[in-house]
Amino acid sequence: MQCHKCEQKAVLELQHGPICKNHFISYFETKVFKTINKFQLIDREDTICVATSGGKDSLTVLYLTKKYCAKYNIPATIFALGVDEGIMNYREKTISDLKDFCKEHDTPLHLVSNKEEFGKTLDEAYPIINKGTKKKTCNVCGVWRRFLLNKHAKRLGATKVVTGHNLDDEAQVILMNLFKANTKLAGRIGPSTGTQEQDQFIQRVKPLYMCSDKEVRLYTLLKGFNVQYSECPYAQTGYRYEIQDMLNNFEAKFKGTKLGIIHSFLDLLPQLKQRDIEKNESVGSCIECGEASNNDTCNACSMRLML
Amino acid sequence: MKVILEREQSTKVLTFNGTVQALLKELHINEETVLVIRNNTVLTTEEILNNNDTIDILSVISGG
Repeated sequence: MQCHKCEQKAVLELQHGPICKNHFISYFETKVFKTINKFQLIDREDTICVATSGGKDSLTVLYLTKKYCAKYNIPATIFALGVDEGIMNYREKTISDLKDFCKEHDTPLHLVSNKEEFGKTLDEAYPIINKGTKKKTCNVCGVWRRFLLNKHAKRLGATKVVTGHNLDDEAQVILMNLFKANTKLAGRIGPSTGTQEQDQFIQRVKPLYMCSDKEVRLYTLLKGFNVQYSECPYAQTGYRYEIQDMLNNFEAKFKGTKLGIIHSFLDLLPQLKQRDIEKNESVGSCIECGEASNNDTCNACSMRLML
Repeated sequence: MKVILEREQSTKVLTFNGTVQALLKELHINEETVLVIRNNTVLTTEEILNNNDTIDILSVISGG
């Protein structure tokens, strides 16, 4: 199959036609840069913390954030921040890839861990927390990871946290919130989340917002990034896994489904954010750690206190 | 044909001639979730495969 723009062999069939290696790389990078510009994800004065795991999404977003800043002469300081959750036979592999990548691309890397912060790895803490609360692993992991990213990004002087969330991730979260009637949370997602007004939260931004899992993996492959596939042993226990499977089955039958979900959501997002502003729910501070919290004790500390 | 499955960390040997799309259908793999590689080249779904090919099937799904 030939590229629709030149005579080279195609590597992917996009909705508007087949595309070759070079045109795909150009298409992908342009899409990411347009996303950054359209949603104003990066400012000239920013100090940028890229949340990294060593997987395909975080390495790609780290590489392209640096490339974007170089292209537009943005003098931003960029560093990587990785969280070691303590998941045996999983995270150590991706952290090793992450260290190599940061070294190769001359990027400072800071690593923090559940063990150091909360006294136990996720593997050790999860059974105890689950016993008391029935919380799933992904729930515990997500709360602690977001806590550590925000806390340490702030400590390191970041004004933005760039994450590798892509179109698949976001379409899944939109459906999860919809299916579980979590409309309150719906206004807190999107290409840019967190609030600039509240000092306690560093704004999180998602340059890969319009890029699918498949496009990101293809990009890493064509660019020669060392990305080994490794699956979190807890991944298949989560609600998200079922949603992911369902969405991929739907996408195979009805091309453009995921993008349709994203566009519909973006259309509604201003109203959801406005509703949040009108509700004017103030965020207080956790009495344990001082970080932002809707309750006296934040979720991360509540779980730590159970150990 | 030798098929190396990245996500399952396994290898399958089968008799097959046909398109990438047909191979994925035979293996019950959703084409949205993988990239198919032959000789370090990414293949589109209409590409014809031969019985003596070695094929890598890479997962595009985020692992965690």
